[in-house]
Amino acid sequence: MDLYTRRRLRSRAVVILSIGAALFGLTWLVLIVGTLFFEGFGGLSLRVFTEMTPPPGADGGLRNAIIGSLIMTSIAVLFGTPIGILAGTYLAEYGRATKLSMVVRFINDVLLSAPSIVIGLFVYEVMVISMGHFSAWAGAAALAIIVIPVVLRTTEDMLNLVPNGLREAATALGAPRYFVIRRVAYRAARNGVLTGILLAIARISGETAPLLFTALNNQFYSTDLNAPMANLPVVIFQFALSPYEDWRALAWAGALIITLAILALNIGARALAGRQTSK
Amino acid sequence: MTFAAALTVLLLLGGVIVALLEGSWPAFAKFGFGFLVTESWNPVTEQFGALSPIAGTLITSFIAMLIGVPISIGIAIFLTEICPIWLRRPIGIAIELLAGIPSIIYGIWGLFVFAPVMQRHVQPFLINAFSGVPVLENLFAGPPYGIGILTASLILAIMVLPFITAVTRDVFETVPPVLKEAAYGLGCTKWEVIRNVMLPYTRVGVVGGVMLGLGRALGETMAVTFVIGNAHKIHASVLGPGTTISATIANEFTEAVGDIYTASLVALGLILFVITFIVLAAARLMLLRMNVKGA
Repeated sequence: MDLYTRRRLRSRAVVILSIGAALFGLTWLVLIVGTLFFEGFGGLSLRVFTEMTPPPGADGGLRNAIIGSLIMTSIAVLFGTPIGILAGTYLAEYGRATKLSMVVRFINDVLLSAPSIVIGLFVYEVMVISMGHFSAWAGAAALAIIVIPVVLRTTEDMLNLVPNGLREAATALGAPRYFVIRRVAYRAARNGVLTGILLAIARISGETAPLLFTALNNQFYSTDLNAPMANLPVVIFQFALSPYEDWRALAWAGALIITLAILALNIGARALAGRQTSK
Repeated sequence: MTFAAALTVLLLLGGVIVALLEGSWPAFAKFGFGFLVTESWNPVTEQFGALSPIAGTLITSFIAMLIGVPISIGIAIFLTEICPIWLRRPIGIAIELLAGIPSIIYGIWGLFVFAPVMQRHVQPFLINAFSGVPVLENLFAGPPYGIGILTASLILAIMVLPFITAVTRDVFETVPPVLKEAAYGLGCTKWEVIRNVMLPYTRVGVVGGVMLGLGRALGETMAVTFVIGNAHKIHASVLGPGTTISATIANEFTEAVGDIYTASLVALGLILFVITFIVLAAARLMLLRMNVKGA
């Protein structure tokens, strides 16, 4: 075999291996989503949304868990988003190249992928111990801490995409700095920032580890924010590891609901981002 | 106000470190440095050592990287060099969706679908294939439980794929087309362009992406908790059950009685935080040099 053929064959081999790798990656997505539909679809009925989590052997649904998850996610987004947006605004608008911004940006990037279970431990130490009991507030706080870096990052990125010409034009017309940011920069970056919020919601709605010892779980329906609150991920965790068939079926149904919601949020976020940058 | 919000991020990090130090102090005070190198984990006698969770964390992440990195780079090469342009976006998004699936889903999928396959087909095959081969024989020894270190590592490998792929693809895209065109013009094959032009140009960024994936793998909790077997023991075989730092905390924290038990678990959390912080910080510094934002 001459050199030329050998080089071509080697190149061909790498191309085939890469295609194989891509197929391999896609296979898992199909397998996992496929299993979820196969196992979860049977358990999915109206009852899942209208009835409470049952004791083993009885009929029931996931209503309290779904509502609990919605409540805690909403609170987390309500508190985490403003901090993330404001901090992102600082990095992009006021302190673009200051030392502090560099440090904050760096720390934020580290927090972005820090293990969520450590966040749970932190909130346990700070809130659960001082309050003396597990609570929905603590769960929401842990989720809010996860929201902040995601929103901060997208806000900064999106504000950086706003052309400086727009800001200069507004300033030249005599608009003060805060006005330029609020009425020009925010408006131009709105879709992008919304994308970030959607991605943050997608991220926290599946988080289990930080809720294990903050919000704990609750077998009953409760909207008391000072008490442990049921939530979908922890219920899935407990039910899936239980020996009871009907609990496992509910766990699969819950898993399907969460995954579909998250995939929808992800795709929605991408569609929104696509409109903004058409990248 | 924006300044205060920016400071909040720093305060959060400081708060996490201080709270974990405070919470873990009783454990470090009692066991000292020995905490890091003791294997025994006995809630009854209140003897705790972090060696087996630390070892489990490092081993699972290492195997996950061994499998995940080449595949991720392969996917990135496919996406930037081989894939027809109209397919690029859909496949890219599909891979990124893999990152969106919450880890608990990987966990129950791993336990109910993947582990039985491992138990019935993959593990018996490995045990048979390597019996009689020195070293490897011990590495793949023991009854096929289905769950265990290897299963957890494989799940982790799937989970880090999208993260490494996303970063690697982004750094591959920073290679100036002129460089590639020049190499093609000299008669290089596709592989030679990738090997001799793209990889050297993007090396720091690719390593950064890999470290980012490693950071994820080290801290991954729920998926691992389901399939690792939760045994505080270091096995010579990768088929045996083990535990990781995060799985130990997730399993035992709410049931821990006594200050020392709780403090030991918080100490584990602190160790995990320190390890991942170092890895992630290194990753970010490398990516900063490449000027790539990453996933």
